[in-house]
Amino acid sequence: MRLYVLHRMGQAAVVLWAAYTVSFLILVLLPGDAIAALTGAGGAAASVSPERLAELRREYGVDKPVLVQYGTHLADAVRGDFGASFATGRPVGSLIAEALPQTLTLTLTALALALVLGAGVALAATYGSRPWLRQLLLSLPPLVGSVPAFWVGLMLIQFLSFRFRIFPAFGDDGWRGLVLPALTLAVPTAAIVAQVLARSLTTALAEPYVRTARAKGAGPVRVHLRHALRNASLPALTVAGLLVGGLLANSVLVETVFSRNGLGRVIVAAVTAQDVPVVQGVVVLSAAVFVVVNLIVDLLSPLVDPRIVLTGTGGRT
Amino acid sequence: MSRTPVCRTARRGRRLHALPIALVALLPLAACASGGADDDGGATTARPGGTLTFAVATDAGCADPQQVGSSDTLYSLRQTVDSLTDQNPETGEIVPWLAASWEVSKDAKTFTFRLRPGVTFSDGTPLTAQAVKDSFDAVPKLGALAVQATGYVEGYAGTEVVDDLTAAISFKQPNAQFLQATTTSALAVVSSASAKRTPQERCTDGVVGTGPFVLADYTPNQSATLTRRDDYAWGSSLWKKEGAAYLDKLVFTVVPESGVRTGSLTSGQVDAIGRLAQAEEAAIKGAGAGLVGYTIPGIGYNLGLNSSKPALQDVKVRQAVKVAINRKQIVETVFSSGTRPATSVLAENTPGYTDLSAELAYDSEQAKKLLDDAGWTPGPDGIRTKDGAKLTLKTVWFSNVAVFKPALELLQQQLKDVGIDLALTELQVAQFPALLKSGDFDAFWGGNYNRADPDALRTLYSTKLVNAYRVPASPLDALLDQQAAEPDPARRDGLVAEAQRLIVTNAYVVPVVDQRTVLGVSGKVHDLRFAGSGDIHLHDAWKS
Repeated sequence: MRLYVLHRMGQAAVVLWAAYTVSFLILVLLPGDAIAALTGAGGAAASVSPERLAELRREYGVDKPVLVQYGTHLADAVRGDFGASFATGRPVGSLIAEALPQTLTLTLTALALALVLGAGVALAATYGSRPWLRQLLLSLPPLVGSVPAFWVGLMLIQFLSFRFRIFPAFGDDGWRGLVLPALTLAVPTAAIVAQVLARSLTTALAEPYVRTARAKGAGPVRVHLRHALRNASLPALTVAGLLVGGLLANSVLVETVFSRNGLGRVIVAAVTAQDVPVVQGVVVLSAAVFVVVNLIVDLLSPLVDPRIVLTGTGGRT
Repeated sequence: MSRTPVCRTARRGRRLHALPIALVALLPLAACASGGADDDGGATTARPGGTLTFAVATDAGCADPQQVGSSDTLYSLRQTVDSLTDQNPETGEIVPWLAASWEVSKDAKTFTFRLRPGVTFSDGTPLTAQAVKDSFDAVPKLGALAVQATGYVEGYAGTEVVDDLTAAISFKQPNAQFLQATTTSALAVVSSASAKRTPQERCTDGVVGTGPFVLADYTPNQSATLTRRDDYAWGSSLWKKEGAAYLDKLVFTVVPESGVRTGSLTSGQVDAIGRLAQAEEAAIKGAGAGLVGYTIPGIGYNLGLNSSKPALQDVKVRQAVKVAINRKQIVETVFSSGTRPATSVLAENTPGYTDLSAELAYDSEQAKKLLDDAGWTPGPDGIRTKDGAKLTLKTVWFSNVAVFKPALELLQQQLKDVGIDLALTELQVAQFPALLKSGDFDAFWGGNYNRADPDALRTLYSTKLVNAYRVPASPLDALLDQQAAEPDPARRDGLVAEAQRLIVTNAYVVPVVDQRTVLGVSGKVHDLRFAGSGDIHLHDAWKS
């Protein structure tokens, strides 16, 4: 077990390094640099002399060879120092610390909502014996999942904020400001949960042990929740990493539509400005979250399914 | 009985005009009935108190008005600082603010300001000549974000503290534009303590100014909250109200989605919104809110022609582009209400502007004749050719302004009618310096420059500076230098008029429209007005 965790931590370090390096490469390959992005395009930018631009490049250290820049940044990052934003001069750490709580509140609320909604639909769809209701419930997740979160958000704002004025359209103070964005973010996530869980529940309900349980006199609710759900939840658990990735990706849209100051908005602004230190900070943080979630899922798996054994070398068998 | 059909018509009209934002612009009928429709309540009297909420599209992430160039961010930060002088937005005249009077030396190198007594910064320290010196000494050292401020003080030689309330600011070269520059927020006066901090610290924590409001809270990308300074008593000579401002508090919130901004205004969640597009104007008016617009002085949107390219070296071809454009059609189709077709290379409200509308009139026959004379004959596809080469202009643009794409598509159609092919090439903003360096373009769209002083012409078109459009050296350079050294406003206007005429006649750049910015403002808000450079001053604004 300890060997397994050590092995996974080694893997995590590689993943973080790769995420850091790939995002750095992408930013370096983009045309222009942070100074060019800062001074903009148009008349005001056309008034900046090449000498002044060169001077600014020196000040910001973007005139150095790419490898040197990469090496310095990486060495600092290993020590936990991601430097300061090119665009605003604010330390990356404090930029992230300001945005992270908002994104965490939003994504965790959305995740909880999505699990309840998704599991509810999956259980209802597999429990009933009426085929039309089953079909209806099963067709709901793919339908809902194919609607862009952006659109869902705008519709929610249109009706529940502009028309009926129940919730505010923007701002992140208090739970009232959280309802619409969390709901918007929960919808696509719930669709994935429902689809995965419904499929594995259907499979589980056809397994011999379900027949055994029924033969032993277990009622339909007990069979459904105790026997089938427990076995069916493993596939749902394994997609948790995917869900977290999806939540982070969709939070970019949701934070824009609902004017929330979270990590999504930070990264959009940083990529546009080619603000390398900020992008690197957020990318490494996202990769770390991804790695940790997957590690937790793998550690939980044996608890859900005792047949799974964690070994030191190859993950679970 | 009569109300419902009116509302219904308004809704339909809105839907037709606002298709891109239709999802959000389909407004509730409730908004239709709730109209406090008068734009400006001349009947009611101003009253103090209240909070103004303002939704802006973007945030520069920096709380220092000297460094920030984006108007979205300056709407708030402008209120925290005062400038030495102010500029009348109608006449362009420079009037007293923190400086009660001033003198410009004959060589336009030294500017002596006599400060108003009794002014204090919000940290309690008095405004003195030393504070002005500290504030200006720090400007050249501001970083990449402060391109405007550092440009205004190029050649800064120093500030002499003549006496406690007299400061003399000097430059190594004649710098007539500097007087107008002292009206801007980029050269607002900050406290000595703020001036000593690094540009980064100033961005993070903001600066201490003498303005009518104080920055109480700033969260980058989210909001800025300002509170009134009750002991404020040194407003610009243009302001109507004496003493402190009317409003208690100003809250600026960043709302990136234009449809959400519009809906927030029409549903009463905010009092004012920025960056209003033409498509949303009907929705705003339908809900009883008003539009407050302002033409940005300086250089408007234009097509800059690269004079070093073979086809464009011929002045006839450049002139053909100039008269082939139907500016009125572009304005009416694409731009915000109140936008004016360009009538010179300078916007109509820029000091020194001269009316050249006759030269910029639409005349496609004349354009065709000019092209015929230049030897470009219509090819089989309508595009003209000469010696086997097609009259195709690689036109570079950036999508940093939403209306650019529809404006360019219309421009492309209009030029195609006379046989000129605009090959539109969109680049990323960060590619701009490389583009200027390589000169790999025939035409560049945009080129606007916010500056309420005619020196904008020298900044952009003097061959001694960046000279983005590869304008050949000509008597224009001498004119531009002379106006920069001319302290007498009337004589300077004459030089500037001649410079405009040379630029427009030679069509180095082809002016298309003046740049206009439009705010949506609730019917409850009064006296929210633009200042000289496109900032807003909220000292006189009040809510009913």
